[in-house]
Amino acid sequence: MKTLTKEPLNVIIGGIGGQGNVLMAFLVGSALLNKGYTTGVGDTYGTSQRGGPVASHVRISKKTQYSPLISSGHADVIVALEPVEALRLIYQFGNPKTVVITNTRPLYPPDVSSGKATYPEMDKLFQAIGKFSAKAILVNATDEALKMGGSIYTNIIMVGALVGADLLPLDRDSVVEVLADRFHGAVLDKNTKALDKGIELVRQ
Amino acid sequence: MPGIDIDAPGSVQLLLGNEAIARGALEAGIGFAAAYPGTPSSEILETLARVSKKMNFHAEWSTNEMVAVEAAAGASFAGIPAISPMKQNGINVVSDFLVNIGMTGIGKGGLVVVVGDDPSAISSSNEQDSRWICKWMDMPLLEPSTAQEAKDMVKWAFELSRELDIVAIVRETTRLAHTRSNVKLGELPKIEKKAYFPDTWDICKPSKSKFTAGPFGILHYQLQQRLAKAPAIFETSPFNYYVGPDKPELLIITSGICRLYSGEAVERLGLQGRVGIFKLGTSWPLPEKLVEKQLSRTNKVLFVEEINPFIEGSVMELAASLPANKPHIDFYGKRTGHMTLFGEQNTDLVTDAIAKLTGTTYQPRDAKYDSELKEAAKMVPPRSINFCPGCPERAAYWAIKDALTLDGRNGFATGDIGCYSMGFGAGGFYQERAMHCMGAGIGVANGLGNLKQFGFTQPVIAMAGDSTFYHACIPALINGVYNQANFILVVFDNSATAMTGFQPHPGVGVSATGAPAPVVNMEALCRSLGAKVEVCDPFALKSTTQTLVRLLADEEPGAKVVIMRRVCELVRGRREVAPYKMHIDPDKCIGDACGCNRLCIRLFGCPGLMWDKEAGKAKIDEAQCTGCGVCSDICPQGAIIKEATKL
Repeated sequence: MKTLTKEPLNVIIGGIGGQGNVLMAFLVGSALLNKGYTTGVGDTYGTSQRGGPVASHVRISKKTQYSPLISSGHADVIVALEPVEALRLIYQFGNPKTVVITNTRPLYPPDVSSGKATYPEMDKLFQAIGKFSAKAILVNATDEALKMGGSIYTNIIMVGALVGADLLPLDRDSVVEVLADRFHGAVLDKNTKALDKGIELVRQ
Repeated sequence: MPGIDIDAPGSVQLLLGNEAIARGALEAGIGFAAAYPGTPSSEILETLARVSKKMNFHAEWSTNEMVAVEAAAGASFAGIPAISPMKQNGINVVSDFLVNIGMTGIGKGGLVVVVGDDPSAISSSNEQDSRWICKWMDMPLLEPSTAQEAKDMVKWAFELSRELDIVAIVRETTRLAHTRSNVKLGELPKIEKKAYFPDTWDICKPSKSKFTAGPFGILHYQLQQRLAKAPAIFETSPFNYYVGPDKPELLIITSGICRLYSGEAVERLGLQGRVGIFKLGTSWPLPEKLVEKQLSRTNKVLFVEEINPFIEGSVMELAASLPANKPHIDFYGKRTGHMTLFGEQNTDLVTDAIAKLTGTTYQPRDAKYDSELKEAAKMVPPRSINFCPGCPERAAYWAIKDALTLDGRNGFATGDIGCYSMGFGAGGFYQERAMHCMGAGIGVANGLGNLKQFGFTQPVIAMAGDSTFYHACIPALINGVYNQANFILVVFDNSATAMTGFQPHPGVGVSATGAPAPVVNMEALCRSLGAKVEVCDPFALKSTTQTLVRLLADEEPGAKVVIMRRVCELVRGRREVAPYKMHIDPDKCIGDACGCNRLCIRLFGCPGLMWDKEAGKAKIDEAQCTGCGVCSDICPQGAIIKEATKL
């Protein structure tokens, strides 16, 4: 996709504090700014910075600055770094037209580990994600990241998945350009590889 | 991404609200910036400190907000433009100085205080509306709605401060502070700054030459006269504007980020032809003529603002003084329940209020989709916040819990804000029973520790972080020594202001700019006050617990100090590899047959531990474990094995 399909286009990038959603939203927002769009990237910080559910709200417009928060039921695209968080985000921001891209690797909340709560069966979870979205794209990002040397690459693989899914007016090179502003040398190479891996995973 | 100091007027950058404020300060030509970290304001000084050396100005993390503003005022007295950003709590800490500097004026430099309010208390212990301080202390108030406006407004705030010889307050909220958006840069001034403390005494203009508050009652009168010049300046400010039809059926009066929520709500309801928006950027003192002109457009007004009905009250006061022949206006807002009196505002809340007042309807989602989704979402488990994997504070709380249990007198801990405030919940084993402002843990302990004559025997552990210790604990510790209060102050010394993003403090040997700095030795300071001091490593669970038990039993009156020192895992993890590789010995972990009832997961609760349902045993989650090794000491079977990492 080379142009904006909706005004504004609302993208939620969420997961668990510490998984790297803030950097993802920054990269996407910066690449869009370079393409001449007016973008707003609202982050959640603070006590949810580690371990709690977090989401960045990216709002893309050709004409004006929108408010930092996407309203209930108004997400066009949801990118989730954890599958249960994908459903949590759909519950708040989804609608029948929302496209969802989610990492498939679960991270168990403390209440699940301790037996106070249960994590849903994966089949049922993915079924629900599919049922309440227009399209669900499942990406095995954490496992691919571990193959590359660490779960730290998960978020960049997911940025690749978002680019590869062709939902935003973004291409690979525009993201590589902003990666190069931030990373250098071997770290840049590794992150570029992670980006390409994400693109490849959704285009397979 | 280029630095915040890029000299490219007219270029557009994706800046956080806080970065935009920093840029505004640079464009105003500041020479001095001082702050104490606090969400949502921390990135302002961080951003400034990164470029301070290159741009030849002073930036510092001060020990607390009062010192920060006083230091900034010193610079302003000597003719150097100065800024001090803080979170809402900070304005309380500095209020005593602010009321006094109102009397003397700020000198020729210009002094801007930025306060970040936190609606819904997302990262705070309260959701105070700091705007009241402007009415209380006669200071002008500016409220930006976008990052662009934040930059432009901060630059202008310096001009206003100099013109009125007054502290200018800029109020942002969390959403503005932490949202990135397009900001068009302005020019960076290239003026040589020279500091000089004016020493001429002019009886007609005492505030211009001598900074002594009092003894003249006239100083308050002069302050009021200076502030009274503000409305005339505000009347024509581009930060106040109206959008909408000439005679709207409903007029929204709004400020700050709520301007964007209001605009979006009107657009969503398709009411651009019926509803108008008057946005106030200079919220106090009111530009009365301009407000009167906007009020004359309609007979129905809705106020939309963050936290308290501040503008709502001011405008209604003004309306009450309008001539009796003016048409009656109905006012709606927080007072009438159309907007909420607490919690953060958003587009949906504004939409509902407008829909109600205009008789329109709005359905965000199809009802069937909505109800089915609600049912499906029940499978989503809660995800409560917790200490990070490998956090020294989890270990510290474990030692506190064990020591108080062994002591057996129903002891408890009092604390304040910081990562360790999570100790009120499962993460800290419910040990923290009181939590207020910074330094309150030890303050409260000074009272609890002097109730012996009323039969009070429960031991009290006051808790503070290392940065909090320097910020707010020292007078209370002196009090505890002097008045012989019985408590133990536990300092969680993780060598960083961790909760707000690892800013340095007087104990770490690094300044705000990253340069080496002298270390204020915490234990030497406490000893010099006459307190008994112990230093221990919270990862050494057994000896730390023993130290606490021994001090709890020590009957000699007076405050005691235990410094639990271990660097924040998020800091360590960036510098070093994990010390241990962890695994569960499947022969030793006997699962639910053990009788420990999954102690490691259920009680200790480190996210690096999980339950392997199929095997019926504990398991290390390699994606989360940081290899701290502490859990191997809590397993009753010794089934959690740590192997030192080969370097």
